[in-house]
Amino acid sequence: MSTTEHSEHSEHSEYIDVETGKMGMWLFLFTELFLFGGLFIVYAVMRAKYGEDFHHAALELNAFIGATNTVVLLVSSMTVAMSLTAIQKSQKNLAVGLIFVTLILAGVFMINKYFEYGHKFELHLYPGSDVMRNLPPGEIMFFGLYFLMTGLHLFHVVVGGILLTIIMLRVKSGKINKEHFLLHENGALYWHLVDLIWIFLFPLLYLIT
Amino acid sequence: MNNQVSAEPLNYLNHKTGLWSWLTATDHKRIGLLYLYAITIFFLTAAVLGVLMKIEKSTIGPTIMTAQTYNALFTLHGIIMIFIVVIPGLAAVFGNICLPIMIGAKDVAFPKLNLFSFYVYITGACLGLYSQFANGHSPDAGWTFYVPYSAEVNSNIILALLAAFTLGFASILTGLNFIVTIHRMRAPGMTWFRMPLFPWSLYATAWIQLLATPVVGITLLMVIAERTLHVGFFDPKLGGDPVLYQHLFWIYSHPAVYVMILPAMGVVTEIFPTFSQKPVFGYLPIVFSSLAIALVGYFVWGHHMFTSGMSYESRWFFSFITFLVAIPSAIKVFNWLSTMYGGSVDLQPPLLYAISFIFLFTIGGFTGLTLGAVATDIHVHNTDFVVAHFHYIIFGGMGFGFFAAMHYWYPKIYGRMYHIKWANIAWGFLFTGFNILYFPMFVMGIQGMPRRYYDYDPKFQLGQTISSVGAVILFIGLIAMITNLVYHVRRGAKASANPWHGVTLEWQVPSPPPHENFDEIPVITREPYVFDNPYTKEK
Repeated sequence: MSTTEHSEHSEHSEYIDVETGKMGMWLFLFTELFLFGGLFIVYAVMRAKYGEDFHHAALELNAFIGATNTVVLLVSSMTVAMSLTAIQKSQKNLAVGLIFVTLILAGVFMINKYFEYGHKFELHLYPGSDVMRNLPPGEIMFFGLYFLMTGLHLFHVVVGGILLTIIMLRVKSGKINKEHFLLHENGALYWHLVDLIWIFLFPLLYLIT
Repeated sequence: MNNQVSAEPLNYLNHKTGLWSWLTATDHKRIGLLYLYAITIFFLTAAVLGVLMKIEKSTIGPTIMTAQTYNALFTLHGIIMIFIVVIPGLAAVFGNICLPIMIGAKDVAFPKLNLFSFYVYITGACLGLYSQFANGHSPDAGWTFYVPYSAEVNSNIILALLAAFTLGFASILTGLNFIVTIHRMRAPGMTWFRMPLFPWSLYATAWIQLLATPVVGITLLMVIAERTLHVGFFDPKLGGDPVLYQHLFWIYSHPAVYVMILPAMGVVTEIFPTFSQKPVFGYLPIVFSSLAIALVGYFVWGHHMFTSGMSYESRWFFSFITFLVAIPSAIKVFNWLSTMYGGSVDLQPPLLYAISFIFLFTIGGFTGLTLGAVATDIHVHNTDFVVAHFHYIIFGGMGFGFFAAMHYWYPKIYGRMYHIKWANIAWGFLFTGFNILYFPMFVMGIQGMPRRYYDYDPKFQLGQTISSVGAVILFIGLIAMITNLVYHVRRGAKASANPWHGVTLEWQVPSPPPHENFDEIPVITREPYVFDNPYTKEK
């Protein structure tokens, strides 16, 4: 069965050109922005309602780790963009190396996040805990939004990491090359989105106190 | 008519056989049929639930079920009909089957993604059903999941929310696929304004699917977070804002109404020129009214919330914008009527359904204005009037549009013809039953019959009984229609490539179409609705 399936696939895939594939990715990125957009609306409404509580709660967040992670993600966005240029110039090993660096940076981001979440759990500042229940409603809201927004973002980091791993293996095996780099480009676009969303999350959660 | 189909050449139905070849099909026509079968099954399930509710309401007090069962039934009926049947409905079935052929493409832009979204859809549909039968109570919060009730009640709300989320994801992927297909895959020479109008309506629809669905997705996730993690985004007890939930919900769910109705409008826009043998009246106004409906429809969600506590300014704003939507809708109605005017009208089943679409949609539209005006809305809000209104739009509009599409493209899809007289009789039952079922609900609604109530005041006895009789007639019509269609898939007379003398591209390929639609991609040199093809002359 797999042979017929494959022939059908190649039959169809000859019509998917780079522009088409990229357009699909851009539209998908729009939907991601709208997904987070819903959370930003709730954030805006709640911030207007509980300005004071949000101020206090935001002081609990570690702006240093947040800032570090911002730099980490920005650099990773650069390395993934460089890897794309490398593959377009047929520098396969350099491309693999740069994607690997991107993955390492994604790992650093997640490790930082682990310590950050861990610290919150030590302080029993997680949804449903007794400490949380006794906080003023605005602070509960802030931490709820904090965990939901950064959690959803972290999920995107993980998905992006898996995607980049697949891309790295395909670059290695030569399936992604100078002529065929659509997946690579789309993966890089996705990784930029992950970066972009964090750039909005960071000031909203960590900096506005 | 040409009889070249007699040799049974290879087509998309028989070029490969076996269940596996269907389940792994990336051919847009096969995926469309997979959707069709799934949607038919779910539609019948939910229709039976609807009939059961109507039987329950035929007499005062308990008739065949308890109040809790009734609440679960209207929730399940709503979830299945809205999220599983109506929102994907026309776009997923006829969009998939017809869109690529109508724009002269061999397939959609991303065939594998198309198959993937079908399985996402099936997963969501199964989750929805599972929420009914899993341990614990069936969901009873209605299809709108209003907080705080949905955040607190002890029933399988989380499963139902996950189902809606998953179905939304499938809808986004289909929309994305169609937008890219329309942008990138049109045949050479098919400029934007040489594109037929059903693809145009799908294009407008796809943008709504793409841009509105993520908002409800995240909203449903927040309700799940609220139930599992006790973060009170929406529950006032925890400091949340229930009206905020309603805003976020309707930011999606009102545009979703246009996801339902726009493709149906597109279908009848194809049917009127074909059965009048006359170019469509006002091609450009129809195109721009579709886009206008999609755009303006994005800013009217607040009219669902006139009684929920909104400022005076937001009320008049949303009311005003709601009235604006009526303009492009009315433009379409006038265009359809003008298309028939002076044409050689051939009253075949598809046209019967299309004309009843206009009739029912107009009633639904006018009562929509009653609901869009703040003063009258406050009187009839949450009554049977609303239920009657949206059934006239969704069932009378999208439902009859779907039946019209089914009867119009049936010979193309299966290469066989259903029994015309049988189809006409079934239509008679459907149309009569529909009006007997829903029209009394307008009257009872104005008199004060609340929606979603299990029981009622004795003064509503007559209206409720008439309505229940209508439900039975409607159901008989449904069964008759479906039997006719199913029976003739194999046994119907062979259909020619162009039984209705249509001029759009799908009628220029054999029935059923070959696996890759066209041996040679056609080159388009003129507008879509020019009726001087050989078939017309032959007539």
